[in-house]
Amino acid sequence: MPVEGARLVARKPSERRLAPAIEDKNIMAHIPDGVLSNPVLLAGTVVSVAGVAFGLRGLDPVRIPKVAVLSAVLFVASLVHFPAGLSSVHLLLNGLAGIVLGWAVFPAMLVALLLQAVLFGFGGLVVLGVNTMDMAVPALLAGGLFRLLWRDGCSQGRAAVLGAVAGGGAVLATAVMVALVLALSGREFETAARLVVVTHLPVMVVEAAFTAAAVSLLARVKPELLARQP
Amino acid sequence: MSVLAPCPCSGILDAARPRTERSLVGRLDPRTRVVLAVLFALTVVTVASLSALVLALAAAVTLAVLARLAPRQTLRRMLALEGFMLVVLALLPFTVPGRILAEPLGFAVSAEGLRQAAVIGLRANAVAVALMALVGSLEVVALGRALSRLGAPERLVHLFLFTIRYLEVLEREYRRLRLAMRARAFRPTCGPHCWRSIGYLFGMLMVRSLERAERIDAAMRCRGFTGRFPLLDDDEPQRPGALDWGFGAVSCLALALVAGLGA
Repeated sequence: MPVEGARLVARKPSERRLAPAIEDKNIMAHIPDGVLSNPVLLAGTVVSVAGVAFGLRGLDPVRIPKVAVLSAVLFVASLVHFPAGLSSVHLLLNGLAGIVLGWAVFPAMLVALLLQAVLFGFGGLVVLGVNTMDMAVPALLAGGLFRLLWRDGCSQGRAAVLGAVAGGGAVLATAVMVALVLALSGREFETAARLVVVTHLPVMVVEAAFTAAAVSLLARVKPELLARQP
Repeated sequence: MSVLAPCPCSGILDAARPRTERSLVGRLDPRTRVVLAVLFALTVVTVASLSALVLALAAAVTLAVLARLAPRQTLRRMLALEGFMLVVLALLPFTVPGRILAEPLGFAVSAEGLRQAAVIGLRANAVAVALMALVGSLEVVALGRALSRLGAPERLVHLFLFTIRYLEVLEREYRRLRLAMRARAFRPTCGPHCWRSIGYLFGMLMVRSLERAERIDAAMRCRGFTGRFPLLDDDEPQRPGALDWGFGAVSCLALALVAGLGA
């Protein structure tokens, strides 16, 4: 049963912590500590701190529950693995996150990545800035593009096409950013960087179909979620 | 016993109840643990000598033992580096130029490449183990409070606390929707039909949870929520005790040793 993901409830009630049932499966695109060079780490941290600060400034305190609920949905969804060809893939979902969260995607991604690093051991602590940047910047661009082209009362088909472009494009952009970050850290990573982009191509296809469906459903059921930032 | 039936999932916000038997790391102040984890990661990332990194990994494993992490689970997490990172490590001996050790099938393996792969593997595992031992064994709510007292922005901490609260709620909702799909004979396969169906599933999950968030928002406003949580149980943060200072001093000494070896 591949789509049996997220078991976040601790097996023993006394354990009182979130425990994943799928520890052996990885979530892609998160670079662990110790790989990147210091200038790259610093640049990623600066970009992410600025993005998170801006995102938090625009975040009205009474909107926090909504943003938290959405980022929790996206977190759960990113733990589900999809059958794709011979293996299964994890979705990144940053395109959808950018569409529904807007600038709040920066703090939401930081929280999600912190949880993943602390609970599951994916990614690291010092690279948190770079990983947040790699996920949030494409999300922001995809969300901006979507909002630019989407009007209230658009047809569902248009919503699906825009969703597919935003979802697939955000994954591609994330893969390219991860590859760039690796390549900038040293010439010896160039082969690996190319490999990162290639391995994300199937994810891009699945994610485009997924986001198209999710966005067209939102357009039908809750169009106000797409029109403005929740 | 409370009047309400105990729900196993509601325990996540219930960080105030003391554990019966706590490990040495478990008795430390959460703030000490967060600060130590950050210092550890920063030190390990700047150090490049193999002996220093082996020492750092040993320190991380010691922390894991002191935190009484389950050994098998920890080992599995250590080995389960990310898929593409394994590829990165495996490629390094072939892509780094240097003294050639062997040429299996015509590809040159360089000593420098092997060394760099070892450095990266040691660093990544040392940080991951230390992070799990110091912060991963912490209750997530306690982590949120510790971050708040260490000066993290209030809104970010609120977002963190709300997110971990809803993760469980949504996970249950997700399973309910999945059950409904399975009752209609849906099976995950490789193809657009499955991808679209799961897309609808999460779109629906978003709609439902947003409506839930609206109800939560209304309920919280009824109770006078203005964007701040009054902490009822420990509004007076405890001062770091002798244990924290002692553990911190020993850890700093160990980190200085690692940094000294690496310099």
